[in-house]
This record gives sequence, C-alpha cells and structure tokens, in this order.
Amino acid sequence: MKKSKLVWLLSLMLVLSVFLAACGKDEPAAPAKETDTEETTDGEGTETETEEEPAEGALDAEQILNLNHVAEIPSLDSSIVEDQVGFDMLGNVNEGLMRLDQENVPVPAMAAEEPTISEDGLTYTFKLRDAKWSDGSPVTANDFEYAWKRAIDPATGSPYGPYMMAGVIKNATAIGEKKAEVADLGVKALDEKTLEVTLERPVPYFISLMSFGTFFPLKEEFVKAQGDKYATNSETVLYNGPFIMTDWDGTGLTWKLKKNEQYWDAETVKLTQINFDVVKEVATAVNLYTTGEKDRTGLSGEYAMQYANDENLLKELEPTIFYFKYNQERNGEKTALANKNIREALAKAFNKDDLASVVLANGSLPANYLVPKEFTFTAEGADFREVNGDLATYNVEEAKAAWDKGLSELGVTELTLEILGGDSDLSKKMDEYFKSQLETNLEGLTITLKEVPFNVRLELDEAQDYDIQVSGWGPDYQDPMTFVDLFVTGSSHNLMSYSNPEFDKLIESAKGELALDAEGRWNAMAQAEKILLADDYAIAPIYQRGTMALVQPYVKGIVSHPFGGDYSYKWAYISGKE
Amino acid sequence: MAKYIARRVFYMFITLFLIATATFFLMKTLPGSPIASASKLTPDQLAVVEAKYGLNEPLPVQYGKYMLNLAQGDLGNSFQFKGASVTDLIINRLGPSFLLGAQGMILGVLIGIVLGMIAALRQNTIWDYGSTLIAIIGISIPSFVFATTLQYWFGVQLGWFPVALWKDGWMSSVLPSIALAMGPLAIASRFIRTEMIEVLSSDYITLARSKGASGFEVAFKHAFRNALIPLVTVLGPVAAGLLTGSLVIEQIFAIPGIGEQFVKAIMINDYSIIMGTTLFFSVFLIFIILVVDVLYGVIDPRIRLSGGNS
Repeated sequence: MKKSKLVWLLSLMLVLSVFLAACGKDEPAAPAKETDTEETTDGEGTETETEEEPAEGALDAEQILNLNHVAEIPSLDSSIVEDQVGFDMLGNVNEGLMRLDQENVPVPAMAAEEPTISEDGLTYTFKLRDAKWSDGSPVTANDFEYAWKRAIDPATGSPYGPYMMAGVIKNATAIGEKKAEVADLGVKALDEKTLEVTLERPVPYFISLMSFGTFFPLKEEFVKAQGDKYATNSETVLYNGPFIMTDWDGTGLTWKLKKNEQYWDAETVKLTQINFDVVKEVATAVNLYTTGEKDRTGLSGEYAMQYANDENLLKELEPTIFYFKYNQERNGEKTALANKNIREALAKAFNKDDLASVVLANGSLPANYLVPKEFTFTAEGADFREVNGDLATYNVEEAKAAWDKGLSELGVTELTLEILGGDSDLSKKMDEYFKSQLETNLEGLTITLKEVPFNVRLELDEAQDYDIQVSGWGPDYQDPMTFVDLFVTGSSHNLMSYSNPEFDKLIESAKGELALDAEGRWNAMAQAEKILLADDYAIAPIYQRGTMALVQPYVKGIVSHPFGGDYSYKWAYISGKE
Repeated sequence: MAKYIARRVFYMFITLFLIATATFFLMKTLPGSPIASASKLTPDQLAVVEAKYGLNEPLPVQYGKYMLNLAQGDLGNSFQFKGASVTDLIINRLGPSFLLGAQGMILGVLIGIVLGMIAALRQNTIWDYGSTLIAIIGISIPSFVFATTLQYWFGVQLGWFPVALWKDGWMSSVLPSIALAMGPLAIASRFIRTEMIEVLSSDYITLARSKGASGFEVAFKHAFRNALIPLVTVLGPVAAGLLTGSLVIEQIFAIPGIGEQFVKAIMINDYSIIMGTTLFFSVFLIFIILVVDVLYGVIDPRIRLSGGNS
C-alpha cells in the first residue's frame, strides 16, 4: 500500500474542498433591524396601495396564497422573538391592543376602542373587545398583564422586552437594574376587560407600540402548562389573530397559515390558507414564481435588473436608511474625522443619484436625510420630510472647498481613511464606488477598504476601531425619534464619539417637556436632524433602501408595514387567478 | 476482529473528546454573539439575556457543563431555534440530506466506475478521452452552476421534475441527487482508470491472459477488484461529506437538510449547533473510516486488520 499516504492526502483535500466551496456562499441572516448593506431578498413582495373592498363576485372560489420566506421561524413566543420572520408571522397569527391598518395607522384591535389617556399623558386605559383565543376562551386583560411582565422578567431572557419597554413602561428600566420587582411593572388588569398602563414619561407614539409583537397577549394558563415547549411548534401556541399556524415543526422549512374562525373580525379575512416555504436562493425563488408554484418573489442583485421592466414588478420603499458613520476618536486619539470640514467634504463628494440608480438599482432612493420618506406623518398627513427637506446633498464644489479648508486646518496635504463595510457582493460594489468617487473628487485622499462579515463589523464598531463605516438602521416604532435618538451623547449606538450639547438638549426636550406638544416636538426633532446632518455633518446619509418583488396580478390587498411584522395578510385576497 | 474494533472504538472516544474540546474553545473565540439582537441592547440588557443562557459564566465552567451534558448524550438547545433540541434538529434534518447523499453517491460511483473501466480498457482512444472529459467537467464545474442548470432545464423548461422544495416525495430528490453525483463520478472514474491501467500491465494479468482467461474475466475478476482498494479509501471520507448534506445543493433546491447548518451555525454563533454538527460529522467520519478498513479485508483477503500487537 505505497499509495496510502497520497490517497489520504487527496481524500482530505477533497473533503476540505467541499467545505471551502461551501464557505464562500453563505451570508448570515441579518438581524432584524441593525441592518447590513445586503440586498433584502425578501421572499415577499409588497403591495402598498390599499385596495377597495372587493365586490364579492370578484373573489375567486379558491382563496389560497403561496409564498416564500427568506428564513425559518426561530420562535413564535412573543417574548422571545427577535427576528424579521418571527415578527412577521406573529403579526398575522396574533394580535395586540392595536393593529396597523391598510394605511399603517394604529387602529383598535384587541382593544374595543381608542384608549382613554390621562391629562398628564402617563396613564392609558384600554377597554378590551370580546375576542377569543383559538381554543375558544376569551382574551382578557390579565393576558396582557401576564405577557408584558413575562417579557420584562430577567428569567425569561427576552431581548425585545427590555428593549421596547425601557424608558417607556413604568419601572421597566428599574426592573432590569434589579431596583424594582417584576410585579412593579406599570401594567395592571383592573378587571376582566380593562387594562391600565402607566408610563415612565409621556410617549406620543405609545399607541403604535401596541401593534408590536412584544406587547401581544399571552394566556397565562396555557403558557405555564406548555412550559419550555411553549411556541416551539405550531401546536403549542394559542392564536388570537386573523390566522392560525399549522404544520410548523419548530425548525422546518415549511408551514401554513389558515383562517382563524375564532378571530373577532373573521368576516374581513378572505384567504383560507397561505402556504409558506423557506427559499433562500433568489434564483430558485424566481424559478418557483415562473412555474406558478409561488405567487410572489423578492428580487435582488442581477434579478432586480433583469426584471426591472416586468409588468408584475412591485417596487417599495422601506423605512431603512444607510449612512456613513464618521468615527471621531480611534484608539483614544482624535481622527481626521474630528474635523468638521473633512466630514462635510466627504458627505458631499459622492453622487448618490448614480449610486441608487446604477450601482444599487433595486428601487433604493438617494437619501439626503436621516428620517426616511413615507414613514412618519403629522396629524394632518404631512410627511416629516416636508418639514426638513434635503440636507447634505451632493455638491462637488462645496466638497472641494471644505476639503481644502479641512486639510489646511489639520496641516496636512494628504489623508488616508478606511471605509469599513460588509462582505456581500452589493456592499463590495458600493464600497468600490465610494472609493472611486471620493478619491476622484477630493485631492490627496486615499481610501482603503475593509470588508468583513457582519459579526466582525459589529465587534469593530463596538471597539470603535474604524474610520468610516457604512451603517444602516430600520425603525422600531413609528416616530422620528427611533432615528434621531441614536446619536445623543453616550448612546450605545453612537460609537463614534459624536457629542453636541445642543443636539442632546433638543432630543431631551422632545422626550420631556415637549412630549405633549405635537408640533413643538416635531420641530425639535427636525431641528436636531438638521444639526446632525447639515451643521455638524456627524453622519452622511447615503440611501433609503427599496425592495423589488414580482407579484402575480391576481394577488390583491397584501399590506406592508414600516415596523414590527413586515406584512399583513388580513385584507389579502385572490381575484382573477381562474 | 472484535478486539480490533473494540480498540478502534476506544480510540474514537478519545478523538471525539479532543475534537469537542478544541471546537468548544475555538468557537468561543469567534466574534459576535448568538443573541441576534445583541447590537441593539444596552450592555445591561444584553447581560440579562446572556445570563439566561449561561453565557455570562467563565469559559471553563461553561466547558465543564457542556462536557457533562455531552457525556449524558445531551447536546443542548439551539440558539437560533428557541427551545429546539440540537439532537432533534440533527435527526429531523438528516433524513433528506442522507437520502440525497446516498443516491448521489451510488449514482456517481456506478457511472464513474463504468466510465473509468471503459477508459482503461480502451486506453488512448476516443472512449478514453470522452470519459476523461466527463470527469474533468464533473470536478471543475462548481456544483451550484450544475444544480442551477439542472433546475432550469429539467424543472422550469421541461417540467419533468419539481423545480425545488421537498414536497413531491422521491421526485424531489432526483435533480439534487444528480447534481451531487458529479463529484463522486469524477473521483471514481479517475481512480478506476489509473488503477486499472496499472493493474492491467502487471505480471499476473499477463499470466492470466496466457492461461487463456477471457478479456472479460481478466477485466472484472482480476483488474477491477484490485483497482477498488484505493477507490474505497478515497470514497470513505467523500461519503461522509455527501451524506451529511451540502449547503449549496440544499439551498438551491430549498431542501430541509442539515448541510446548511454546518456553515450557518458558525456565521450566527449558534454554539450548540456548531458543537452538535461538528461532533456528529466526526462520529460519522470515524465510523466510515472504520467501515473502509473492514472493507479492505473483504475486497483483498491478504490485508489483515489485526495490526501491531495481536
């Protein structure tokens, strides 16, 4: 057996090559919100326009929808869910006090009517409607009290419980710091059908939070009976939403939603069944759509370009913003980015229009703002963007002037800066574009690129070990605060040593004394955004993410939401397939 | 023989212990956290969640606890699928991967052997070049290209087989199995060709021929059997790789297999799945190597397994 060594070496190489080949392909599923620059490959398309209630005759006899999802469901436990798919499914099988309607306005759901709010804006009293769980038992105020306390209880280990409640619900922060008991949380069932919520401070967007999964009710008796097995498969969950889930084994790639006959508004729900399959490869999803097995597919990369003129293409704007984060202090030393003129020059020296239309080409928009378009509106329906308009737009002349000024202030003629980005194809393409634009427009600038996996990027971010980072953020609630709040001094997301007392004061006042003054608060946040982007150039907005999907024309009425679950199928129906 | 196997099993446990230890400490050096929303939480909030999963304890304590559970056969719960046991996950997902791997392996090896023999018996003819070409294509075209092409032509255009998904019983396994077969096909045909050519030129073949054995008898009874030994050696580890699933093939055909988890678990720091899949693969590989060693004796009785001191 002379050859045995060689043979072993060969076989080892073969086995290794299997793994190496595999390693090149995969990308981590981006966590729900801190967003990577990857394309969204939502297995879901979107339909924003709200359809007229269909004439009964227009409905097909068979109301079954076939959809893809991009990932498995990690959990259906509303206290534990922390991902996109989980929140998406939760929003269709369960329901909170409020639900976002077809226009994304929070309307009473488990609540029978709008809550009564105390004069000081601190106490909300909800009257519950007569709704039932899928086992036929009534949904009570205690179900909410129990669910919220469970989510804040450290023993539960809920990530979103403390995240959503801290600083909002009374004592939530104190419970996390062990300065208060779980029982002290500001939520109380006054009787079977009345829930009283006490807030830490007035929170103008509190009503919209009630549509978020973490605040959904849980039936105490059922959850306790299931113990560790609660919500680990479709049999161990109780449902109170438009649909119930079946055929989900807890880790599988397939599940179904079926109409919930016990749902209080079952009359509105037209679909009898939705078949979900997890399809992670865009090419496969497109093939399944082409052969008619799936009614909708998300597009990304080359597929977005290939189908750009397809008649069934649906473009949608997400409220997710990508921006340059300028690190002003690295390894305890001030960086060149501590100089405001340098930051200004970098913010204005790249063409965002070309970036969005040519490089990204997926429906994204160039962004000259932090708070996204089509996301928050005044009571009169005016977009927040109309208040502030464009800030820090592309302007090579101004960029060059600021650059020269900055360089002379620093006393140098050349600068080398590092851009930290993701390692997806799209990120790399984008980084190359930044490098070429910035180096061409700003004389004496050398850009080095560092492209790393998402986890590594988070670690470098945490250690503040980068110069410029391409960063993204999607909202957690429907208010500009979810964006502007990121950059106050000492915020755990402000890992770039930015600090402006004036900015901090505006945010503080919007959270505090202006909380009950809608217009003053709105203006304070607009002012803060202006300081951040156009006075301090603390960050440089790049683009607002868009998604593209192919949707069969017979699929109607799917509603997309800006936060929490992505889609509602409550109003969806099939018309004209036959 | 029994003594030999017993000793091998004993060594296997030592090997597994070393693998588990090395993997445990290596994976803890990975950047990131298994808590998907870690980047949103304040350090205090994150600490609360980590405490729930015992991630706040010193590394040696975590290691000790893990090994104790492991000794009792408990691989723990997954981080990505809340409350799902790693053992269940592996068992549930192994079925499809195993079926595809086995079919791909058998198909690939059978065709490969045939091609290799044709090439060896018709050396330096158009048959030889043809089979060599197929082998080169099999080894050099990336499996995702091959799989996508199969999917497009036989799924979308001709509609003979399901495009993807694990829903149409055995039919769903055909295209992915063919895609998986290309690798073993190439390996088998190259090894068989080389070995057969070598064996065919040896003295005892000349003797067999001179004794009047037919060409068929020489090729199958003498040359082929001898050529199998190196093939079995290489195919053992290849089989272990194939039967435990392929990330690429499973993603393209949307198959609920285990292959994906070998990579995904690492990317998202799902510690218990990393340990589970690594140990599972190790057990499988060691077992296959043992089987291969036993097979040597079956194929060639001259090879004895007793080894060193028995």
